[in-house]
Amino acid sequence: MTDLLEVRNVSMFFGGLAALSDVSFGLRKGEILGLIGPNGAGKTTMFNVVNGFYHPSRGEVFFKGGKISGLRPHQVCKRGIGRTFQVVKPLQRMSALDNVIASAFLRVKGKGRAEEIAAETMRFVGLYDDRNVISKGLPLGKRKKLEIARALATQPELLLLDESFAGLNSAELDESIGIIQKIKARGITIMIIEHHMKVIMSISDRIVVLNYGEKIAEGSPLEIAHNPLVVEAYLGEEQSA
Amino acid sequence: MTSALLEVLLQTLISGILLGGLYALIGIGMTLIMGVMKIINLAHGELMMVAMYVAYWMFVLFHIDPYLSVLIATPLLFFLGVGIQKFLINPVLKVDSILPENQVILTVGIGMVLANLATIFFTADYRSTPVNYATSAWYLSDYWRSSPIELSLSVPWTVSFGFALFITVALWFFLTKTDAGKSIRATAQDMETALLMGVNVKLMRVVTFGIGSGLVGAAGCLFIPIYYLFPSLGGQFTLIAFVITILGGLGSTVGAILGGLILGIFESMTATYVGMGWAPVGRFAIFIACLIFLPGGVASLLRRKRLGK
Amino acid sequence: MKRYPPFVALAVLAVLPLVGLSTYTMHVLILVIMWAVIGMAWNLLGGYCGQVSFGHAAFFGVGAYTAGILYSKFDWSPWWGIPLSIAVVSVFSLVLGFIVLRLRGPFFALATLASGEIMRVTAENWVDFTGGTLGILVQKRTWVGKTWYYYIILLIAAGTFLLVKKLIESKLGYYFVAIREDQDAAESLGIHTTLYKTVALCLSGALTGVAGAFYLNYMGYIDPFVVFGLHDISIVTIMIVMVGGVATYWGPFVGAVIMVLLAEWIRSIPGLGAAYQTLFGILLIVIIIFLPNGIVGDFPKIKRLLGLQRTS
Repeated sequence: MTDLLEVRNVSMFFGGLAALSDVSFGLRKGEILGLIGPNGAGKTTMFNVVNGFYHPSRGEVFFKGGKISGLRPHQVCKRGIGRTFQVVKPLQRMSALDNVIASAFLRVKGKGRAEEIAAETMRFVGLYDDRNVISKGLPLGKRKKLEIARALATQPELLLLDESFAGLNSAELDESIGIIQKIKARGITIMIIEHHMKVIMSISDRIVVLNYGEKIAEGSPLEIAHNPLVVEAYLGEEQSA
Repeated sequence: MTSALLEVLLQTLISGILLGGLYALIGIGMTLIMGVMKIINLAHGELMMVAMYVAYWMFVLFHIDPYLSVLIATPLLFFLGVGIQKFLINPVLKVDSILPENQVILTVGIGMVLANLATIFFTADYRSTPVNYATSAWYLSDYWRSSPIELSLSVPWTVSFGFALFITVALWFFLTKTDAGKSIRATAQDMETALLMGVNVKLMRVVTFGIGSGLVGAAGCLFIPIYYLFPSLGGQFTLIAFVITILGGLGSTVGAILGGLILGIFESMTATYVGMGWAPVGRFAIFIACLIFLPGGVASLLRRKRLGK
Repeated sequence: MKRYPPFVALAVLAVLPLVGLSTYTMHVLILVIMWAVIGMAWNLLGGYCGQVSFGHAAFFGVGAYTAGILYSKFDWSPWWGIPLSIAVVSVFSLVLGFIVLRLRGPFFALATLASGEIMRVTAENWVDFTGGTLGILVQKRTWVGKTWYYYIILLIAAGTFLLVKKLIESKLGYYFVAIREDQDAAESLGIHTTLYKTVALCLSGALTGVAGAFYLNYMGYIDPFVVFGLHDISIVTIMIVMVGGVATYWGPFVGAVIMVLLAEWIRSIPGLGAAYQTLFGILLIVIIIFLPNGIVGDFPKIKRLLGLQRTS
């Protein structure tokens, strides 16, 4: 069976620097794939390549068997890939609900239908009570949830989550983990970038490790935790930091 | 090619380079402000107009040579720029509004006021400054009698170009060798890092606006011996400055110098070979061509070359 | 209840000429409504979609010249210019958008400014087609009185208002605002930003063009400096929306009333007329610093300030 998403020999150069070099991995339908690595390892760059903000210097990306590298972000989103941003980008002067309505319009025509989807999504992530708040007034934890809601409202098959847990307190953390498991239960595949090791180890089915733009390991959380290369590159840095 | 054609071509090229040097000075002022503050100063040309009136009146009232007025107009414009930044632009940066372009619109307002005040005080008349060297020139045949072609070098144009070159070199020295200059460059490259490194970003922004204004002020004085003066000339030079920054690559000083030269030569060519009235059209044509074919400006070409090595 | 104000306003404006206003008052009213149309058009692109244009004179002028050239070269009634300008300006906007919409923020603003200037220079130099700096004069005006002109521009304004309101409350409106707030986020949420920016530009341009075509019919004379004027058209358009209220339905009306009345007032005072750009410039600066979202947009702020004054 072919993978839902396939990243094939992707390299990304900025000027002379390789932010990604020859990275390949696949994503199976229904799984949660963790993407980890030290700062500057190329994780967000990888998201930007998958999402269409960057066009890879070399290599290709396939989604549901079709090539998506070279498409623009809105086309990638239309094919079924939603994403969140590490630095949250809410549509500041819109209410939280309107934010989600704007993205729900991708799949539906009428405003009534878009509102329904948005309301349902807001309930799903637990933001319904804040739906009328202008989004720049939301605290960080809720803005992170809003990002997820917005991406979900585009009804993706694959969701890219870029550090959706950073800066959350432990109660919010538990809640977000719950949301992600609920998303998975809906059959949506997830690729997630996360610094919080405990979280990533507990929710991921598989993990891909990047370091200096290269894939240095891939495997189950248990395998990754015992891989000496990873321990050296990533965990070592965490402990010394 | 006959020598007559060659003569025209070379003469046009020389005028273009001389004009380009002055354009570069105008462009650098704008690109500096753009790099550090990330805003476009649409009152740039009007500031130059103010400096030109300063130089004009200095000459008419006190017989101070326009080239000497550089020393008067530049500091004056520096403080005018500092004042505009501190009392008008900074407050606007703080207020939250739907359109971030508010700052640009603000500078339009400032430009309108300056141009209109100049009209009120000095009337809309065209003035030229009657310096006695206005029409003198050096001729090639005076130095090389057997020269097959005749070329001339206008004295005021050449002197203005020389001054522009000197100021540009001085600015380059300031930006690369002094602490203040380095701080400005750091602010332009990455404001947050600059903040962390202890650069007084707020001060740098004010100073940069001052320097940008001072530079265009100096350019105004250099234009006085060779150009007409009227209150609404600012808009045209704001556009020229903007075209140069787009041509050169936003925020790039070297790019602005090259952009200025390219535009100067191009305009000179259009004026000679197409007709005087079409020079502005040529300006826009090169601007649009650059937007379509070379969005990063000349600076992006330079960068590509360097990385290719 | 919220649906009624536009209809009430329209009804009041419709019966206004019946009370017997002076020709001058009618003239001012026509100008106010025409500027409100241009303001609404600008607001669609600038206020909602976030693409601040400094070159709406280009659209206004192309609309006006469409009607004018139709009359001077093809001997048609210049009124045909109103429907035709929609088509002509839309095509013009498409071409222009291809160039300027790759730029963001202030760079877009300046590119549009340049395009307005390019159109002016072109109209000046393309003498065979445009009549050059002599402009185009309509020999025989359709009506001597103002009433019919008034109703025509009122109809255009009502149509524009409804169109803008409908659009903004639909998917398109959400997309416009999303693009204004964050282009990258909008793009990754599946919004074809280039397409929708082009749509906003064409709509805004076409509506402005219609106002331009009306202007030719009403004034009976155009030249490159009048209709492609940077300060007198492009900047005034921005001011109307800035003063009235960015991204509000009523802002362009409030702004048009204030700006037109202010201009007429300043020009009527001897000695002050020459300084009108200074006064406009100062007004613009004051509005940007103190009421950045305009009178309608910052109305709560104004009320609060007035309230404070009362209690203290």
